[in-house]
Amino acid sequence: MNKDQTLAKRSRKAALLSIIPGAGQIANRQFSKGILFLVITGLFICELAVFGYQALIGLATLGTVPGEDHSLFLLIEGTLQLILTLVFLMFYIFNLYDARKTAAMKAAGLKISETAGDMIRNAGDKGFPYLFTLPAYLMMVFVIIFPVLVTLFIAFTNYDFYHIPPNSLIDWVGFKNFMNIFFLGSYRQTFADVLGWTIIWTICATTLQIVLGIVTALVVNQNFIKGKRMFRIIFLLPWAVPAFITIMSFANIFNDSAGAMNVQVIPLLNQLPFVDIPAVAWKTDPFWTKTALIMIQTWLGFPYIYVMVTGVLQAIPGELYEAAKIDGATFIQRFKHITLPMILFATAPVMITQYTFNFNNFSIIYLFNEGGPGSVGAGAGSTDILISWIYKLTTGTSPQYSVAAAVTLLISFIVIGVSLIAFKKSNAFGNEEVM
Amino acid sequence: MRGIFKNTRFTGILNKVLTYIFLTFLSIVIIYPLLITASSAFRVGNVAAFTLDFSGQWTLDHFKRLFEETLYLNWYGNTLVIALSVMVFQVTIVTLAGYTYSRYRFAGRKKSLIFFLIIQMVPTMAALTAFYVLAMLIGALDQYWFLTAIYIGGGIPMNTWLMKGYFDTVPREIDEAARIDGAGHLRIFASVVLPLVKPMLAVQALWAFMGPFGDYLLAKFLLRSPESLTIAVGLQTFISNPQQQKVALFAAGAILAALPICILFFFLQKNFVSGLTSGGTKG
Repeated sequence: MNKDQTLAKRSRKAALLSIIPGAGQIANRQFSKGILFLVITGLFICELAVFGYQALIGLATLGTVPGEDHSLFLLIEGTLQLILTLVFLMFYIFNLYDARKTAAMKAAGLKISETAGDMIRNAGDKGFPYLFTLPAYLMMVFVIIFPVLVTLFIAFTNYDFYHIPPNSLIDWVGFKNFMNIFFLGSYRQTFADVLGWTIIWTICATTLQIVLGIVTALVVNQNFIKGKRMFRIIFLLPWAVPAFITIMSFANIFNDSAGAMNVQVIPLLNQLPFVDIPAVAWKTDPFWTKTALIMIQTWLGFPYIYVMVTGVLQAIPGELYEAAKIDGATFIQRFKHITLPMILFATAPVMITQYTFNFNNFSIIYLFNEGGPGSVGAGAGSTDILISWIYKLTTGTSPQYSVAAAVTLLISFIVIGVSLIAFKKSNAFGNEEVM
Repeated sequence: MRGIFKNTRFTGILNKVLTYIFLTFLSIVIIYPLLITASSAFRVGNVAAFTLDFSGQWTLDHFKRLFEETLYLNWYGNTLVIALSVMVFQVTIVTLAGYTYSRYRFAGRKKSLIFFLIIQMVPTMAALTAFYVLAMLIGALDQYWFLTAIYIGGGIPMNTWLMKGYFDTVPREIDEAARIDGAGHLRIFASVVLPLVKPMLAVQALWAFMGPFGDYLLAKFLLRSPESLTIAVGLQTFISNPQQQKVALFAAGAILAALPICILFFFLQKNFVSGLTSGGTKG
């Protein structure tokens, strides 16, 4: 009882002391570590005084003197400083935790490394995992977290072609961009149109490719088929050929005046009795462009599902079907109660990621017809999905960076939400031991 | 499964007929467009209609023109430089991180794994505006290092998870044994465990290569001048202008880009289907 109390007391004391980083470590007689922690803290405070404070102020004001303050640089420097501060905070928390843990270990009579030599040896051993993951973290911070934060901030400013630094300042405008997207006449209509088509596109194209993939897998999986290997290779071709190449080929094939669809396929179909189809305006009528896009994506995407489902089918034990047959189950019943649940169970997360993939499938929209034909206002064409609209908002002749950033954030929320569901389903942590 | 319908003789035959009709139809739908592109590259003269037509004469002229009159070789080189650097850096980083998460238990491990998982859900698109603005600001439009860094970083979270999953399948007893024999951290990693995950390394390398090779979005965003484009963005310039379409040149370029990828794909196909299912869905 008494020992427990002193133990708790000591670790509390160490944690309390390490409110000044290093002090707790020194109290634990880990002098070199304590001094190291003190130095790190000192460096951070110096940095904050010399540069960081200004950077954070700059982030808050985004500059005050037009032509002199460059709002964008201020925003970026401020964001970097913010990340640095967060990293320091994490170090600070680690310092508290470390002092407490060491005090507890000491109280329990365990050996701790006190000298610098010990510490370095220990760091070589214990620090190995940190060293090995460091490159991954650096890349993620600079390539993902930092740019995402910058986008997030831009979405709350008025950065557009009227406000190009350094000639004019950028200002914080709160939720104005989001309000404009949802309520301002011109943007609202475009956003509604583009979002509507994005959803229709995602659901139709993805569902069709999944259905075709499953059907193909079921058909090919029958025992009597001759030349299975040949069919397998053919059905994998759309996956094997890089998508940008096939999409561009299709862009030519669906060309209104010279493409194979109008020049070769439709005349061929018209040879059949009772068939008489006029040439179709694949590239100039929004309805037909959309139809073509969905057909092409089905063509492109089904092999992936087909391969997955084939793998699942081959893993279903034959006895299951035998037993069901003996019980008198028809084919449809067997499919409904054995095959389909098995397929969906094993591939559901992959299929959900197919939906999020198509939601952001910029290549096909842009390579097929550059989002055209026509326009639905605010720079968007009639087959533009959200991601290609962002492209046009950002790189057009009158760029709307802040609106583009706001739309980007909305998209990301949708994608993250759907991915969360996918990961929950896939139970990614389920097989992880010691989690 | 034996057959789709009940096994009477009539439905059996019907099933066979329908099955072969389906397979043939699907095969035609797949091969037809590919064959159009492939054949257009060899047809004499300026190809007017993009159709399947074997009547004319054959030529290699378009390939010659592709090399001499266009920037195609430039684009091919650019794409290879970008894709290969992404491959080398990404596979290295991901392998180190995946190995660490699979083999070491260290403070903050669980939290940082969850961090990877959350970061993984943030689509690269979420930073598009920032990429563009940053590139403009620091003059990194047309700069490969910038594009390459984005490709590398974007692939890290997901692939680290997959790599960790694969490392988990290598029994820990193997490295325990090596440790008892006196091997250090680096020795165990480099000469004991690494050789056992070669199939997954091949898959990771292929993915890391194919990503930038086939990417259109970021390259279109960040590459501006004609000679710095990648194949995907460059080839599009042949067909994007309706007035002067260079369909035959496009077809020739498409073949040269698609063939090596196709061969690699079929060569490594077995590996990467199993890599997907063992690492991807089971975590």
